[in-house]
Amino acid sequence: MESTTRAFNDNVRRAIGDAGLRRSLDKLGHGFPVKRRLAAERLPEFETLRDEARDIKNHVLANLDTYLAAFEAKVTETGGQVHWARDAAEARDIILAVCRDASARTVTKSKSMIGEELAINDHLEAHGIQPIETDLGEYIIQLRHEPPAHILAPAIHLSKEQVADTFRASHDGLPRDRDLEAPETLLKEARAILREKFLAADVGLTGANMLVAETGSIVLVTNEGNADLTQTLPRVQVVMASLEKVVPTLEDATTLLRVLARSATGQEQSVYTTFTTGPKRAEDPDGPDAFHVVLLDNGRSGMVGGDFQDMLRCIRCGACLNHCPVYATIGGHAYGWVYSGPMGKVLIPNLIGMETAKDLPNASSLCGRCEEVCPMRIPLPRMLRDWRRRQFAAGQTGIIARWALKSWAFWARRPGLYHFFADIKMRSLAAAAGRRGRFRSMVMAGGWTGSRDLPAPQGRTFQAQWDARGGKR
Amino acid sequence: MNARDEILGRLRRNARRDGAQEPAARLAAHPRGTVPARSALDHDGRVALFMAEAGRVDATVARLNGTAAIPAAVARYLEDAGLAPALRTAPHPLLAGLDWAGAGLDARPGASDGHDVAGLNVAIAGVAETGTLVLASGPETPTTLNFLPDADLVVLREADIVGAYEDVWDRLRAAGEDAGFMPRNINWVTGPSRTADIEQTLLLGAHGPRSLHILLVRDDG
Repeated sequence: MESTTRAFNDNVRRAIGDAGLRRSLDKLGHGFPVKRRLAAERLPEFETLRDEARDIKNHVLANLDTYLAAFEAKVTETGGQVHWARDAAEARDIILAVCRDASARTVTKSKSMIGEELAINDHLEAHGIQPIETDLGEYIIQLRHEPPAHILAPAIHLSKEQVADTFRASHDGLPRDRDLEAPETLLKEARAILREKFLAADVGLTGANMLVAETGSIVLVTNEGNADLTQTLPRVQVVMASLEKVVPTLEDATTLLRVLARSATGQEQSVYTTFTTGPKRAEDPDGPDAFHVVLLDNGRSGMVGGDFQDMLRCIRCGACLNHCPVYATIGGHAYGWVYSGPMGKVLIPNLIGMETAKDLPNASSLCGRCEEVCPMRIPLPRMLRDWRRRQFAAGQTGIIARWALKSWAFWARRPGLYHFFADIKMRSLAAAAGRRGRFRSMVMAGGWTGSRDLPAPQGRTFQAQWDARGGKR
Repeated sequence: MNARDEILGRLRRNARRDGAQEPAARLAAHPRGTVPARSALDHDGRVALFMAEAGRVDATVARLNGTAAIPAAVARYLEDAGLAPALRTAPHPLLAGLDWAGAGLDARPGASDGHDVAGLNVAIAGVAETGTLVLASGPETPTTLNFLPDADLVVLREADIVGAYEDVWDRLRAAGEDAGFMPRNINWVTGPSRTADIEQTLLLGAHGPRSLHILLVRDDG
């Protein structure tokens, strides 16, 4: 999809001014993180499983070529076909060709981040094939022509009133004044409309949470059951997956599944986890006749072996989004591309270029909550710092920031001078603040004092106190 | 160079081999990771844990003495739920000789066409760890039965309740041929379909079944 990441600062300003978005994000902050914590507490082995999940993916990334070749061999052996795509354009061409071979008019689709990366819906539509999103949230945003605002909950930014308006505008042939007050009513209407689409579709387009090299299976995880209807009812199934989704064995997939749902929604297990291997067998009463897997690179093979390899462990649970103070303030759309939150800030520059996404790694306080909750223990703050270092080395850091860093470096190298002036500065600030002890406004600090007071330093510096107490240096 | 060779070539060049374990050895040995201790129980313990966990995810469970009790239990469930006494049943030998008409039910074996109010399938296993049903696709157990009917009813034999998911993989490997022991679909089902996509309000019955009722059958002996 087209990115608006270059306009990150404008996106952020717009997001912060959006009261409706604020309400949705507040609710998110009290939901998923609490549920995740309760699920983790209920499983004594949770931390051990996180270590094992990390180790599995590290092993895979060290042997990705071998496991992908093994996966391909098994898919072929069980009657399916694997296609390789260097980039999004190649993947789109492959999928369109499969749809045309099947004389497809409509394609049902279950939510896939790779589908978003490919902007596959626009491509199919442009070639006369109608794509229908089937995840409820994704269906709603498809009707509104919006990108997803969250990996798990794509329509998290919308109120039920907005959803009702969207349904009224899009669902023809129903009474305009029908009651769409309750979420249950909205779900019922969407379910009825999508049920007919499921039954009529020619091709089912799915993502994959994992690929299993041992058996050539793909793993799909949903709560709604939409991925299963998508992969069971049409004549042809097409799976879109990026290279790093492969795991060695069913046991390895099982270990990852023990941390995925708990980290994502706080469920012990998602409602539907399906292992799909090849097309329907000759004697099966249902299932597709053809099974295609499109393996997408799109920059990932270049990440293997480099500073950002750890990012390829990501299983898209969304925990880092749910626990991020920045995401909680600006929501998903501000990031300007498919991914958002801490994982988006690290991954997006890898996939669309550091120059386009240069603001993202800087929009972080490096508080570290993301790494604390990541089931795959991805060092997200370390990688954000890596991006900043690279930007500095490439001269992409802004003039003010460069000047500030330089002046900081000057003082940091001269501790005696630093302490002398810090002491003077503290006293003078404390004196200037008077008895209030804080500043309403301050020159060159409007960004801070515009929305809150700036507290004045009190007492003496930490190091002075340390010395006074006889602490060792 | 074609895309496949180019991608695999780049991966080969970039890979930092860990040398920890040969991929071929891992694929052959398929070692287990840590299996949560909570499901390491005897048969009665596993059954109790399965029922408790299934209940936590909004499934209902009825315990039956033998398969002959299935039609009456189904009829009772449909009546309590206010549904018509009709259902689509799996063409499974376990359900074949049962007296549906005697229980006042219109039972039609086969795959679902998307217009069945209730469906009855047979699970290959239940996983006590999370109250998860495991279903396999095949001529006797159509996958559509798990997703299209509004009310999903599933027969599970008590003897098929295992502790952990891994026990099911071992059983499938033992039963199948080397090359392809996996059927087209293995479905793990943990409760009825749900969504929280509208204002994070949890609603049951998104696209799949609105309810899940498990008929837990004691061995006929």
